[in-house]
Amino acid sequence: MIKNIITLHSYKGWSFIFSLLAIATILLPILNIWVPEDSALHVPNYMFALMGKYLCYALVALAIDLIWGYTGILSLGHGVFFSMGGYAMGMYLMRSVGKEGVYKSDLPDFMVFLDWKELPWYWYGFDSFAFTLLVILFLPGVFAFTFGYFAFKSRIKGVYFAIITQAMTFASMLLFFRNETGFGGNNGLTDFKRILGYSLQEPSTKISLYIITACVLFFSYILSRYVVQSKLGRVLTAIRDAESRVMFSGYNTIHYKLFIWTLSAFLCGIAGALYVPQVGIINPSEMQPSNSIEMAIWVAVGGRGTLSGALIGAGLVNGAKSWFTVAAPDYWLYFLGGLFIVVTLFFPKGFIGIFSRLFLKNKVKEST
Amino acid sequence: MGFSCFCVAVKIMKETLLLLEPHILKTFLTGRQFFANFVGGFVFLVIGLLSFSAVEANDFELTLKDLGHKSRSKIKKAVKNLGNQGNPAALPALQALKDNRLRVSEDGTLIILNESGDAGREVLTDKQVDVKSLELSKPRINNSVRRALSATIGKLQLQSTDTNIRLSAAKQLLKKSSSSLVELVEKALAVETNDEIRGVFNLVLAKEGLNSDDKIKRIESLKIIREFGNNDFKSVLEALLKKNEKDEFLESDSEIRGDAEKALSSIETRQFFINQIANLFYGLSLGSILLLAALGLAITFGLMGVINMAHGEMLMIGAYSTFLIQNLFKQYLPNFFDWYLIAAIPTAFIVSGIVGIIMERSVIRHLYGRPLETLLATWGISLILIQTIRLIFGAQNVEVANPSYLSGGVQAFNGVVLPYNRIAIIVFVVLVVISVWTLLQKTSLGLQVRAVTQNRKMASCMGISTNKIDMYTFGLGSGVAGLGGLALSQVGNVGPELGQLYIVDSFMVVVTGGVGKIAGTVAGALGLGVINKFLEPVAGAVLGKIIVLVLIVILIQKRPQGLFAPKGRMIDN
Repeated sequence: MIKNIITLHSYKGWSFIFSLLAIATILLPILNIWVPEDSALHVPNYMFALMGKYLCYALVALAIDLIWGYTGILSLGHGVFFSMGGYAMGMYLMRSVGKEGVYKSDLPDFMVFLDWKELPWYWYGFDSFAFTLLVILFLPGVFAFTFGYFAFKSRIKGVYFAIITQAMTFASMLLFFRNETGFGGNNGLTDFKRILGYSLQEPSTKISLYIITACVLFFSYILSRYVVQSKLGRVLTAIRDAESRVMFSGYNTIHYKLFIWTLSAFLCGIAGALYVPQVGIINPSEMQPSNSIEMAIWVAVGGRGTLSGALIGAGLVNGAKSWFTVAAPDYWLYFLGGLFIVVTLFFPKGFIGIFSRLFLKNKVKEST
Repeated sequence: MGFSCFCVAVKIMKETLLLLEPHILKTFLTGRQFFANFVGGFVFLVIGLLSFSAVEANDFELTLKDLGHKSRSKIKKAVKNLGNQGNPAALPALQALKDNRLRVSEDGTLIILNESGDAGREVLTDKQVDVKSLELSKPRINNSVRRALSATIGKLQLQSTDTNIRLSAAKQLLKKSSSSLVELVEKALAVETNDEIRGVFNLVLAKEGLNSDDKIKRIESLKIIREFGNNDFKSVLEALLKKNEKDEFLESDSEIRGDAEKALSSIETRQFFINQIANLFYGLSLGSILLLAALGLAITFGLMGVINMAHGEMLMIGAYSTFLIQNLFKQYLPNFFDWYLIAAIPTAFIVSGIVGIIMERSVIRHLYGRPLETLLATWGISLILIQTIRLIFGAQNVEVANPSYLSGGVQAFNGVVLPYNRIAIIVFVVLVVISVWTLLQKTSLGLQVRAVTQNRKMASCMGISTNKIDMYTFGLGSGVAGLGGLALSQVGNVGPELGQLYIVDSFMVVVTGGVGKIAGTVAGALGLGVINKFLEPVAGAVLGKIIVLVLIVILIQKRPQGLFAPKGRMIDN
C-alpha cells in the first residue's frame, strides 16, 4: 500500500509537491507572523481567507475532475453537495453562537425572527462538532449514492444526466430559499462567532483554517491520484472513452460510476464545510445552476483528465474573477463567457494542454 | 338651461311611450322611477310633470349649489338631499367632491377639475372654464361628509341609466350591505330589467333576509344563496352554524341550520369546480408559454443532439425585439400603436433566428458530436448575450405594454377572469405549433430535416447538405424561441435574466416529452403547466415546482428517452 502510494509520483514530482505544501503551510504563515507589516515580504491577513477560499474551490475542481475529466460524466449538481457540507458546518457554527445573537436567544437569530419556539428536529445534534463532522463526511456521499444509484441504474448518461443533476440543483435551491425549510431562507446562515471555541475573527484562527484546508487538499489530491492510477482508474477512463465496450468486456460499469460519483460528492462536501467558516456565510445562491456550471469550467480551463490541471484551473479562473469584479465588473461575464467558448473550441485540454505542447516542443528542439 | 331642455325632451318622449306600452315606460324610467308615482291620467300627467319638474329642477340646482357651501353641515345636508332626490345627474359633482376635484368660484359656481387639475368644467352647464383666471376655493369636507357621500353616490348609481354603473354599484352593495338599504334595493329591483343586476339585487336582499325575524323569509333567503351565492357568503353561513361556549348552537332553529349547511356545501362545491376550471386555464396558459420555449429546443436538440444552453436567451432576444418595435411605434406611428404586436411577430422571429444562425455557424458547428462541450460553450454564449443586453438596455426590467385589444379579460364565472392576453397566447401557440408541424411534415425542407434527425450519415449519403440543414433548423428553433419571447413579453416582465427563468423548465419539457417529436413536446409542456398549476394551491408555488421536478426525475428513471420516444433498440456510439 505504502509502496503503491510512493510510486504515484517520480522523485522529482514528490519533491515539487512537498515543497509547494511547505511553502503554503509553513512559509506563508511565517511571513505573516515574523515579517514586519511594512516589509514587502509580509503576507497580509486577508490573504489567508482569500487563499483558503481558493483552496476550497480547488478541492471542488478536483472532485469534478474525477467524475467529469476521468469518467466523462458531466455533473451540474456539485453545488448541492458543496452546499450540504457548507450548511452542515454552518448549522454547527450557528449553534455555537449560543446566546450572543442579536436577540440573545438560544435559537439562531433567523428562527427568533420567524417566531419559532423550538429547534426543528433536524437541527438536533449540531451542538456537537463530532456529530457535525459525521454529517459532513457522510451526508453528501449517501445522498449522491442514492441519486446516482437510480440514475446510473436506468442508464441515464451524457446530457440527460447533466440536465437531471441541474434540475436537482434547481429544486434544492428553491427548497432552501423557503423560510419554512428551516435553513435561514434567502439570507442563509451567517454571523458566525467561533469554531471549537476559537473566535473566527482572530487572524490565528483564519491561518489555522487555511493550513487545515491546504492539508485536506493535499491528502485529497493523493487519494485522487491513487484512485486514478489504480486499475479502477483505468476502468473509469475506459468508461469515459467507450462505455459500451467496457460493458461488453464484462465489467459492471454501474459500480465504478457509483463509486467515483460518491467519492466526488464526498470531497465536494468537505470543500463546502471548509469554505463556510472562512467565508463566513452560506446561502442558497451557492446552489444556483450557474454556480455548478462555473465549477465545470474551472476544470475545463485547467485541463480535464489531469488532477493538477483541475487545481490550476480553479486558481486561474477564480483569480481572474477576483481581479475582474474589482477592475472591470461589467466585463467579467464577457471574459467568463469567452472562456467557456474559447476553451471548448480551441483548447480542449486546457491550460495543461497548452503547457505540455510548449514543453514538448522545447524537448523536440533540444533533441535536434 | 340645458338641463331643463333635457327634462322637457324626456317628458315628451315619455308621453308618447305611455300611449304605446306601459311596460316599456317602466323600463325607460329605470333611472327616474321617481316619476312613477305620478302616473295618472294623460293630461293630468302632463300638467303634473311640467309643474313638478320645474320645482324639481330648481330644487336640484339649489341643492347642488350647496355642495360648495362654506359650512360642512350644509354640505352634508345637500349630499343627503341629493340622495333623496335621486337624480343621477348629480353624480359627477359628488364624485368630484369625493376625489377633492370640486372647486367653487367666487360667485358660487361649481367647477369640476380634470384629473391633472389644469382644466375645469362648470357643473351645471358643462362649459369649459379657464381655471387660472378664476379665484377658486375648495369645499372642506370631513369623514362624516365622506360617509354620506359614499352612501349617496351608491344610491344614485343604482338609479343610473348605464347598466355597467348599476351593476358595479349593486356589487358594491353586496360587499357591504346594511339593513337600511333593503328598501332602496327592493325599489331598484322592482324596476330593474337586466337579469345579471337582478341576480345581484336578489343576493343582497337574501343576505339581509337572513337577519329577518320571519322564518319563511329566512328559508327563502337561504334558498337563493344556495342557488346563486359565491364565496363571500361563506362567512355569513358559517356564522349561522357556530356554537357558543356552552356548546349550544347560536342559531336555535334546526331547520335553518340544515338549510344553511346545504347552502354552504353547495357553494363550496360550486367554488371547487370553478377553481378547477380556472386552474386548468392557467395551467394551459403556462403550458403554452413553456411549449413555445421548449419547441425550438426540442427541434435543435432532436436534430443535432445539441444542448443549447443559450436557448433561454433567444426568448430574451425575442422579448427585447418586441420592446424595440413597441418603442419605434410609440415614437413614429403613435396612431397605429396597437399594431406593433403584429409587426413584432416577424421581427422577433427573424432577429432571434439570425442570432441563432450566427451562433450555429461560429461555435456550435465545430462541436458536433461533443454534446457536453456544446453545453458549456453555449452557456458561455448565454452569459455574453445577457451581459450585452444588460449593457445596452440596463439591468432593470423594461416595460412592454399590452395593445388595447389584449388588455382586460372576459369574466367566465363568478370571480374567474380570463385575461385576453393569455387567451391570445394560447391561440398564438396553437398557430405556431401548426405551422412548425406543417413545415416539418409537409415541405421538402421538413423532409430533409427529419431525414437528418433520423440518420445523419445516411441523409448525407443521399445528397442532403446536412450542413445547410443544420443551419436552417437552428435558425428555425431559435426563431420559434423568439416568438416565445414575444408571447412572454405580454404576460410577464422583460429583463436580461428572462431566459434563465425558463431554461430549466424548457429542458424538463424536452426531457419529459422525448426528443424529436412535436407531439411529445406538446404533451410535456401542457402536462407540466397543468400539473404545476394544480399543485400550486395544494402545496404552494415553490413546493409544487419541487414536486414536479422530483416527478420528472422519477419519470426519467422509468422512461429514459422520454414519454414519446421513438420505438426501437439502439446502442450509443
